Order: sequence, then C-alpha cells, then structure tokens
Amino acid sequence: MKALTKFWNKLQKQRKSRPMVWGMVIDLDKCTGCAACVQACRSENNIPFAGEEQMDLGRGIFWMEILASAEGREDETSYKVNPLPCMQCDNPPCIKYCPTRATETNREGVNGQVYARCIGCRYCTVACPYTRRFFNWHDANIPKEMEPLLNPDVTVRYRGVVEKCNFCYQRIREGKWNAKLNGREIEKGEISDGEIQMACEQTCPSNAIVFGNLQDIHSKVHKLAKKKRTKTIFGEIGAQPKTFYLDEEDVHVS
Amino acid sequence: MSVNAENAIGVPQWGEDRKLLWPIKETTRGQRILLISLFVVAMFGWSCVIRQWVLGVGITGLGKPLYWGFYITHFVFFIGISHAGTLVSAILRLSNAEWRRPITRIAEAITAFSLIVGASHVLIDMGRIDRMLNIVFYPQPKSPLFWDVCSISLYLMSSLVYLYAPLIPDIAMCREEYRNSGSWRFHFYRVLSLNWQGTEAQTKRLHKVINFLMIFIIPVAVSVHTVISYIFAMTIQPMWHSSIFGPYFVVGAIYSGIGALMIVMAVVRKAFHLENYFKLIHFRQLGLVLLVMTILWFYFTFGEYLPTYYKNEPHELTIFMSKMHGDFAWLFWGMVLAMTINFFILAIPYFRTITGFAISGVLINIGMWIERFVIITPTLTHPALPYKAAHYIPTFWEWGEFLGSVAGFILLYFLFAKLFPLISVWEIKEGREEAIHDVVKRVESYMPDPAEKGESKDQ
Repeated sequence: MKALTKFWNKLQKQRKSRPMVWGMVIDLDKCTGCAACVQACRSENNIPFAGEEQMDLGRGIFWMEILASAEGREDETSYKVNPLPCMQCDNPPCIKYCPTRATETNREGVNGQVYARCIGCRYCTVACPYTRRFFNWHDANIPKEMEPLLNPDVTVRYRGVVEKCNFCYQRIREGKWNAKLNGREIEKGEISDGEIQMACEQTCPSNAIVFGNLQDIHSKVHKLAKKKRTKTIFGEIGAQPKTFYLDEEDVHVS
Repeated sequence: MSVNAENAIGVPQWGEDRKLLWPIKETTRGQRILLISLFVVAMFGWSCVIRQWVLGVGITGLGKPLYWGFYITHFVFFIGISHAGTLVSAILRLSNAEWRRPITRIAEAITAFSLIVGASHVLIDMGRIDRMLNIVFYPQPKSPLFWDVCSISLYLMSSLVYLYAPLIPDIAMCREEYRNSGSWRFHFYRVLSLNWQGTEAQTKRLHKVINFLMIFIIPVAVSVHTVISYIFAMTIQPMWHSSIFGPYFVVGAIYSGIGALMIVMAVVRKAFHLENYFKLIHFRQLGLVLLVMTILWFYFTFGEYLPTYYKNEPHELTIFMSKMHGDFAWLFWGMVLAMTINFFILAIPYFRTITGFAISGVLINIGMWIERFVIITPTLTHPALPYKAAHYIPTFWEWGEFLGSVAGFILLYFLFAKLFPLISVWEIKEGREEAIHDVVKRVESYMPDPAEKGESKDQ
C-alpha cells in the first residue's frame, strides 16, 4: 500500500512537472460562427469529404465542428454557436477503452491516435461523451484535383480507423524543432507564447481561439483559462478538458 | 461426484440406444434439403461480410453517434445463448440432477457453436480485421474489450474441452461401429477417440477432467457475460453506466440460453425421433428453471429502469423516454409483452406442454434479442451534446449477415448431429445401471438413521 501511494505521488508529481501542456481557449463572446476554423482544420489535416448522401448517415468527419442550436421561445429566439475541437481531456474517458493502445495521452497532454495500430473496434468513439472521435467508414474520398493541395505533414487516413483532433500536432512539432534549432531548451518549456498556432486559431477572423502552453504562467492561454467566465463542457464528469470556453453566460451546451 | 470412478466403462455397447445411431448413418431427403438451404443462407451471410471487408464498414447503417449496432447486439445475443449449455450442464452435473443425462450434450453443443458465432461478430464489427492480433501484441489491460478477449477465449477453450471430453467414449462406440466398413468415418472417429478403450485408468482420467471442468467452468461462464456487460457499464454513457449490468446480463444470458435449449430440444426430439429420451418431465424440470429466470429477469429489468426514472438525470431521461414512448417504444413494450406471455406459459400447468415450452423458448429469444438491441442502440442515438437524434436503420447487408449467422449456427449444430450422437450414450447407460442405486442410497442417507433396537426404549 505504501509503495502504491509512493508510486502514485511520483506519478502526480511527474504530471505536474510537465514543461508543456497544450490547451485551447475559445471565446464564445467573440465567436461569430463563420466556420472558417472548420475549413482551416479540414485543409490542414487532410480531412476527406463525405458527400451529401454519406453526411445524412452521419459519416462526415469534422475535427473542428460548429455546433449550432437555437434557444428560447418563438419571439425571443437566441441562436448560439459553439466551435468544438477535441476537448483534449487530462483524464480522458476514451483512452482507457482502447484494447490495443492505439490512442494515448502524451507528455504534453495531447490525446493522439495511432492510425497504424487502430483496429477500428470503435470503442473509443462510443465512450467519448463529447462525440469528438470519428471513424473512417470508407476509403478517403479526396478528389484528384485536391491531391496536390494535401498537407504533406499529415497522413491521409485509410478506411477502418478512428481519427480525431490532435491539436495540429505537426505544427507543435515544427514549433518545437524551430525552438531547438534556435538553441532554446524545449525540455524546460522555452517556447514563446503564440509561436505555435493552430490552423483554426490562425484563421479565426475575430481571434476567438487562443492556443498555448497552459504550464507557462505568462501565456495568454494560462491567463484566460484562469478567468472567472471560463467554463468547460460537462465539467461534472471529471474528464478535465483542456479546451476551455469563455462565455458571459453559461456555456450553453453543458 | 455423480459417477463411480472405480468402474471402468469400457467401450460402451449401443444396446437399446441403437436408435441414436440413425441420424449418423442415414441422411433423409428432408435433411439434405435443409443442409443445402442452410449452407446457401450461411454463404450469403459470408458474402455480406466479405462485401463489407471489400467496401468498408460503411455498408452498414451506422453513422456518427451510432457507432455500434447490429453486430454488437448479435455479439451479446449469441454469447448470451452460449450460456445455455456449459453453465446449465455444469450446474446440473454438479447438483447431481439425474434428469440431466439426455440434456447435457445438447446443451454443451449449443455453447460451443453459438460462442463461435458470437465471438466472430466482434471481429466482423472491426474496421480493420487484418489487425486483430494487435490485441495480442499491444494489449492494454485497462480496456474492458481486452478482458473480454481473455475471458471469451478461455470460455471457448474450456467449453470445447467440456463438450469433447464426455464425447470420447461415444466416439469410440462409433469407431467400433464403422471398424470394418472402410468408410472415412472410421478414420475420423479413430483419430478423435484418442484410442479410447475404456480401461480403468482412462475412465478415471475422464471423470477427473469432467469433474474438474464442471467446477471450473461456472465462474468462467459467469465472468464472460459480466465482462461483456462491463463493455457498456464501464463507459459514462447514459443508461449504460449502471452497476447492475453485470448480474443483469448474466441472468439474461442464462435465461436466453435455456430458452434456446428448449427450442433445440423440441426440434431435435421431433427431427430425430427422440421422444423416448426427451420426455415431458425433462421439459418441465427445465421449465421450472426457466420460470425462476423469468421472474429474476423481470426483477432486474425493474431494478434497472425504475431508479433511472427516479434519478431524473436529463441525459438518462432522454434515453429512458425514447424507450418508453419514443423511437424504441414498440420494441421495448414488445419485449415486455413477450416476456409476460412467456411467464404465463411457464406458470400455468395447462400450457406446460412441449409445444408450449418450444413457443416460450422462441418468445424468450425474441425478447432477449430485443433487450440487447434496446440496451445498446438507444444510448447512442442521443449524444450528450445537443446534436440531432440519430436513427438507426440496419441495411440489407446487416440483416443478411444476421440471417447468415443464424443459419451458420444451425448448420454447425446440424453437422455435429450428423457426426456424433446427440445424447450421451454412456451416461444414459450409467444412469440406467448405476445411478438408480446411487440415488436410492443418497436418499436413504438423507433420512434419519433407523433407531437400533433396545436403544430407544431405554431413553
């Protein structure tokens, strides 16, 4: 028992001592619902097209998605939009279900998917309470004209595997390489704020999306995530999402 | 336990049980037609699966929030049926129920074949079946699906052995039957009978294996369906995340299993003219077990749904209401209706005939199929985030696969019946020759010892 406690404490300490934990803050008061982030995400991450017929069956893949809902009575309807990337939970409800370790949380808190190991049992997709995981029901449908425009840093996923938002990990890695080449110690988290930008963040016309290192107390994300109007979706289930929302009112989906 | 380990059973003689041999020796025209049509339907099922491997899981009616549908339902359904056999036969053997003798093998064969069919469904459901060995090479012990792989493969292995071990003396009988015929069957039985001569040592070993397995297999069988229920109960999805699921699924599994056993018994009795072996008394004894399971099933269903309603948690209530008067209401109430009718069939003496039991077996399996479907699908139709509710319409291919797997199960069973005697001949023989004395002795031992003369007077 003592050994277990010791091990647990060590684990917790290790967790706290992570130099970089990536997080995202989305300001819903700034968001206009233009869906530019959705488009940026799709072209950054080589997301295949589903087509009208398959969309009706729910086969569309949207790592970033705008969830819109109307509220209120007839005369005073308010229309709300909510961009939804992966919540990148710190205590993810999806990862422990994978029987083959095809999805893991890395040291930087990003929940990634190993396409080459996924067996397509879809247990993680079923377990995710945010429905932020997607399955490739068919071979990737990418028109020939689009092929030269594919992002060479990202694989085109094949049929039968699960995929999800991984916080544009190719961009994180690029940022880390650049920092290393410039002689900074990335092991100590020496990456300046705003150096790494997500595709959705880069495109957002109203600067509603902010991405950065949550461990860096000077970063914008860290400050925003500590604000009073910060919320997470389904906070009560204890998944500890690292995608935060800023909203004067309650985040309407929770 | 139930057998005298001291006596060598030898290679048993057919004797008056010779009529058990005719399904092996002869194939009637009707059987041939049945065999061919089952084969055709099973191959059609295979073609649906192969089509899915070629085109992707997209040929099913599944979509974004509804990632699991027919395949997982059938996975749970068939593995539920598999609890008929091994578990029931193990409990009957263990409790020395003498009426078990004609039933055990029929039950064990159900287990073996429905387990094969059921376990294959989870493979069919996979997007990348070519990588299924990743579960072995890169296992994650945290995943309930991994627990499943372990317990189902253990269950499959042990129930195959449990089916095979008591079969060996009967295979030896068949071997002797075909010894001079020059048929391929002789070599088939010769290999499978493992040189069974029925010597004392062999008999002892056989009893040892059976006695060990019948105890070993009970916790394994219970663990299998508990772990299957954990696939659902371990997630935080509404109406899945329920601590009652383990026992609920086990009860449901035994229930549907005995229901299937009833159907098989009634069909085999008619088809192979085994009226003399499956008497009304056997059906009635099993019917009592079934009645208890019906009541238990109602108790668990009640205990599962009422707290959900009282808890009033919005996500759970949405799904609860979709079962009560939404999309799934006709299924849910259909299930309740089937089970209620079934209760009255089993409880009222007038209906407790063989036809009645067969009907009740069919009703149970329809009801239990619906139960599995209604547990698995509605939860996924209403995601927690305010998406539009999804509707699941299984495609032609999914239905084809289902029909194919039912036909495949019957086909496997039928081939088994054509190769081996469906009733354990040596155990029946043993029942005739020894068990009666054993039972008399046993009952005498329950009674108070006769008072010795003179002793009672003194006191």
